[in-house]
Amino acid sequence: MKLSSSAIPSSETFQTNRSGHLEALKVVQEAAEAARLGGGEKSRARHESRGKMLPRRRVQALLDADSPFLEIGATAAHNMYDNAAPSAGVIAGIGRVAGHECMIVCNDATVKGGTYYPMTVKKHLRAQEIAEQNNLPCIYLVDSGGANLPQQDEVFPDRDHFGRIFFNQANMSAKGIPQIAVVMGSCTAGGAYVPAMSDVTIIVKEQGTIFLAGPPLVKAATGEVVTAEDLGGGDVHTRLSGVADYLAEDDAHAIALARRAVSHLNRAKPATVQWQSSEEPLYDPEEILGVVPADLRTPYDIREVIARTVDGSRFDEFKPRFGETLVTGFAHVKGCPVGIVANNGVLFSEAAQKGAHFVELCSQRKIPLVFLQNITGFMVGRKYENEGIARHGAKMVTAVATTKVPKITMLVGGSFGAGNYGMAGRAYSPRFLWSWPNSRISVMGGEQAAGVLATVKRDGIERAGGTWSAEDEAEFKRPTIEMFEEQSHPLYASARLWDDGVVDPRKTRDVLALSLSATLNAPIEDTRFGVFRM
Amino acid sequence: MFDKILIANRGEIACRVAATARKLGVKVVAVYSDADAQAAHVAAADQAVHIGGSAPADSYLRGERIIQAALDTGAQAIHPGYGFLSENPDFVDAVQAAGLVFIGPSADAIRKMGLKDAAKVLMEQAGVPVVPGYHGANQDPEHLSGAADTIGYPVLIKAVAGGGGKGMRLVERPEDFADALASAQGEARTAFGNPDVLIEKYIQQPRHIEVQVFGDGETAVHLFERDCSLQRRHQKVIEEAPAPGMTAEMRDAMGHAAVRAAQAIGYKGAGTIEFIVDGSRGLRPDGFWFMEMNTRLQVEHPVTEAITGVDLVEWQLRVASGEGLPKVQEELTINGHAFESRLYAEDVPKGFLPATGTLSHLSFPSSCRADSGVRSGDTISPFYDPMIAKVITHGPTREIALKQMAQALETTQVAGTVTNLAFLGALCAHEGFAAGEVDTGLIARDLDALTAAPEMAPQVVAQAALAALGLLNAPDWDQGFSLWGASWREVALERDGEPLEVSVMLRGPGAAVIRVAGQDVTASHGADGWAFDGVKASDWTQAGDVITLFADYGLAFRQVDPLDRAASAGAAGNVIEAPMPGLVKAVFATAGQQVAAGDRLAILEAMKMEHSLLAARDGIVAEVLTEAGAQVEAGAALIRLEDEDGE
Repeated sequence: MKLSSSAIPSSETFQTNRSGHLEALKVVQEAAEAARLGGGEKSRARHESRGKMLPRRRVQALLDADSPFLEIGATAAHNMYDNAAPSAGVIAGIGRVAGHECMIVCNDATVKGGTYYPMTVKKHLRAQEIAEQNNLPCIYLVDSGGANLPQQDEVFPDRDHFGRIFFNQANMSAKGIPQIAVVMGSCTAGGAYVPAMSDVTIIVKEQGTIFLAGPPLVKAATGEVVTAEDLGGGDVHTRLSGVADYLAEDDAHAIALARRAVSHLNRAKPATVQWQSSEEPLYDPEEILGVVPADLRTPYDIREVIARTVDGSRFDEFKPRFGETLVTGFAHVKGCPVGIVANNGVLFSEAAQKGAHFVELCSQRKIPLVFLQNITGFMVGRKYENEGIARHGAKMVTAVATTKVPKITMLVGGSFGAGNYGMAGRAYSPRFLWSWPNSRISVMGGEQAAGVLATVKRDGIERAGGTWSAEDEAEFKRPTIEMFEEQSHPLYASARLWDDGVVDPRKTRDVLALSLSATLNAPIEDTRFGVFRM
Repeated sequence: MFDKILIANRGEIACRVAATARKLGVKVVAVYSDADAQAAHVAAADQAVHIGGSAPADSYLRGERIIQAALDTGAQAIHPGYGFLSENPDFVDAVQAAGLVFIGPSADAIRKMGLKDAAKVLMEQAGVPVVPGYHGANQDPEHLSGAADTIGYPVLIKAVAGGGGKGMRLVERPEDFADALASAQGEARTAFGNPDVLIEKYIQQPRHIEVQVFGDGETAVHLFERDCSLQRRHQKVIEEAPAPGMTAEMRDAMGHAAVRAAQAIGYKGAGTIEFIVDGSRGLRPDGFWFMEMNTRLQVEHPVTEAITGVDLVEWQLRVASGEGLPKVQEELTINGHAFESRLYAEDVPKGFLPATGTLSHLSFPSSCRADSGVRSGDTISPFYDPMIAKVITHGPTREIALKQMAQALETTQVAGTVTNLAFLGALCAHEGFAAGEVDTGLIARDLDALTAAPEMAPQVVAQAALAALGLLNAPDWDQGFSLWGASWREVALERDGEPLEVSVMLRGPGAAVIRVAGQDVTASHGADGWAFDGVKASDWTQAGDVITLFADYGLAFRQVDPLDRAASAGAAGNVIEAPMPGLVKAVFATAGQQVAAGDRLAILEAMKMEHSLLAARDGIVAEVLTEAGAQVEAGAALIRLEDEDGE
């Protein structure tokens, strides 16, 4: 039951793998560090000169002193908008406030005045989605000029655009998920509804403003000349309008008031799973970098990763002799029971059936699922199509799609094609989806895609009696390969919030544990599966 | 031996007497005031009797009430401790009249030593050297001035009935005599009800050396000397026994003189003969003079106990119950050296101001003897002497005993009040003191150096910061977890009312960087707990918002509650408006008047209710905009205060 590792840390392979991963990590680390600085030195200095705390300090001050911070979309909008919106101009993540796990959404006014780019909206909505699914109180540290006007067509009108933020607030409030806003800067136009739609709102004196239209627009519309403070400052809103409930002296005071508000929520986590006392793995998670090949194409035993992730490296493997390319089994992560579904090669029919069976088991027992995704797809070819691999694959996809237990997906390698569906890809609404820096995601491999296109082209040329040199074909394939290479990179994926963030593989265990803990704020409902094609 | 005694005292001495009584199988009755209902000395007793209010005059000085308590509880004797009624001959008479035993000298002996001038005459007659001086009844200023001239300047004017430095003046020049005399007399009249003074020669580089005596009413023995030269404004700070530099010859001379003094008044029990010694040319047998006799057990008696192995309270009880002296002079010897430090709740930087407070934590190292009347959780009240404890060390040599004292003070832990620990520690480190070069002027000369606040190490502030954040326990696995980098957190911490500039960044479980005024301290948690720049964390405690680190003799920090802000309750409060339509019933404010927040400025009658309109802040009334009888609308300005900036 205890997994044993065959890794030799002193081996050349181990060291090569390790340096490959460290290189990939460095790229992400640099991107993340750049994003952490927000709008750059000058705007940070200007922000602080107004007596305002920098956004990350606001978040830190809001959190309990010992709290972890599980950040969502840390590198969102990376290399988008000419890199004008680091972290998409908003910080989001889960941390403990007065002992409660909360979703914190904090505008970064050093990034274009905290205005909403399309990715800002997407990140804000994703944070709300996580909060809603996992029953996490939301705390909005608001400091934003509203929609980014040049991008208004991609920010304002659609279903998952700006208005959805307030729709979510209303519906979460209706579900008893507290909504708390701290107005620490502007809250203009649509943004005014963040505090207005909150259960409790705090505003900073002579710093926070809330209005549907700012002084310039008021003057243009009615000719009235009014200062921002008189129009919608903290004094006005806490004394006259009632839009805000508490007036804070400054950022620190406002945050303390927010913490106090959370301390009065009267919430407790529901009883869900049977916790055990946590136990460190027998194998050091640090070794993950050495046991996982740096090159995606090199196969390896996923149990090497599991051994470095679960409590005591203990793994009760289910159906170990059947459908061996999918590893399933029970384990604990920091004391929390989990069912693990992990790829160990291409998915065959048996593996898919086994996967469906295991997801059913976990659903029945209400055990959260962890997917370690490294999949090139379902097996192709006549034999497999004829035996109905699509039918068996559908069983697994149905089980994964309809189960109500929390799903957490970790992309630890490739995520290609329909394998992504069966292994709880983004479209299957896992509660969290994290990527390793070495992972790649695309509909198929770049080589394969270029090959498909080249085959079509070659057929056309040859039908017309022409010839196509190998050089010309290579030249034809190159841009496709390059495009796939760029677009399948985890930073590209994370920039677009196809995942919740790139994580250091060595932190896999911690990230899983924190994710699990967050999900267990919501009760685990009974599952009702769809029709399985038998 | 008695079956049961009553201890007419409180604090450490009551506890100390009770301890010996228990050892001897004697039951103990305590008495207590309102303030002492939960005190340690009450807990240390078999029985306790409430004798009145917190002020000493309402309790510990009420002799008749205490005697009644002894009679009611069946105590056969009363131990007075020191202070309070211990040297009150009328009380001794009353005790005896009630058929009880007073554990101490006779009323007659106390009376004889009580008046300083008469005592000196008596001692002179007994062949005890006394300081040249005038102790006569003629209090005419001219006459006294003449006496001073005869004695030779500098002279000391002392209240005849005095003690504790009250009514005492040093006069260095004849032309200052008249003023000094008037002020000494005034103080003596206030303090003792008796303005009479005596004049004495003032001895340069004086040392205060006293001899412990013990009599059975006829004969007496001495238990060697104590040196109490380390004084601040006539208050003893550190005492020791034997006296540094003491010779056998001098000791013999002083001991004999002390025994003669005790026998001259038929002294019974424990007493102390105080001598002033000229330390300017080393200790010489002709260089000591009788000052006064303390007819009680002294605060500093433990150092004598340490070097002689005698339990002086045991002797007191045995002799008072009718036994003879437990030992003859030849059986008494000196073993090693002992020190006693008086640990007080006092604010040294503020001129040794007595302090109060609840001791959230109190502990002493096991290597020393600590005589204390308070425990963790007890309160130092303003009603009594703010002594926390006497810390006593005993070693084979003076050097060792002093090192032991230094270490004991370093490891004594007090939280909940300010103390003189650092001052005592500085004294132990004083070179002159270490060399035995003591005199009563030492502290005054080097006071600045002895009371200098040491530079606070950033590592200590760093630890306080983690304590304030509740991070000093063993870290949880997810402490400070972050995906790609941690952020700084400011810590709201104060020391002596001054905010400290501290921020903390957690890098993960048990790993932190603390930035203290721009300097980074690395903290890590290992098997041995937290360490700061590799140095193990100090012991610490927290009571409410006060964090005390037991480093540098105890450093207290205050955690600032971020919610504790003067904010936001109402408007700025310049204008007092009518909260609703109504009739102004009365106006109390007038223009130019200084008002305090909460002062009632007007009354508005509306909706059948009288509403008081209060000042929202302190300030000055700029103008009154209404008058009694006026009907006003909601929101009408009634009274305006001057702008705060304008003040």
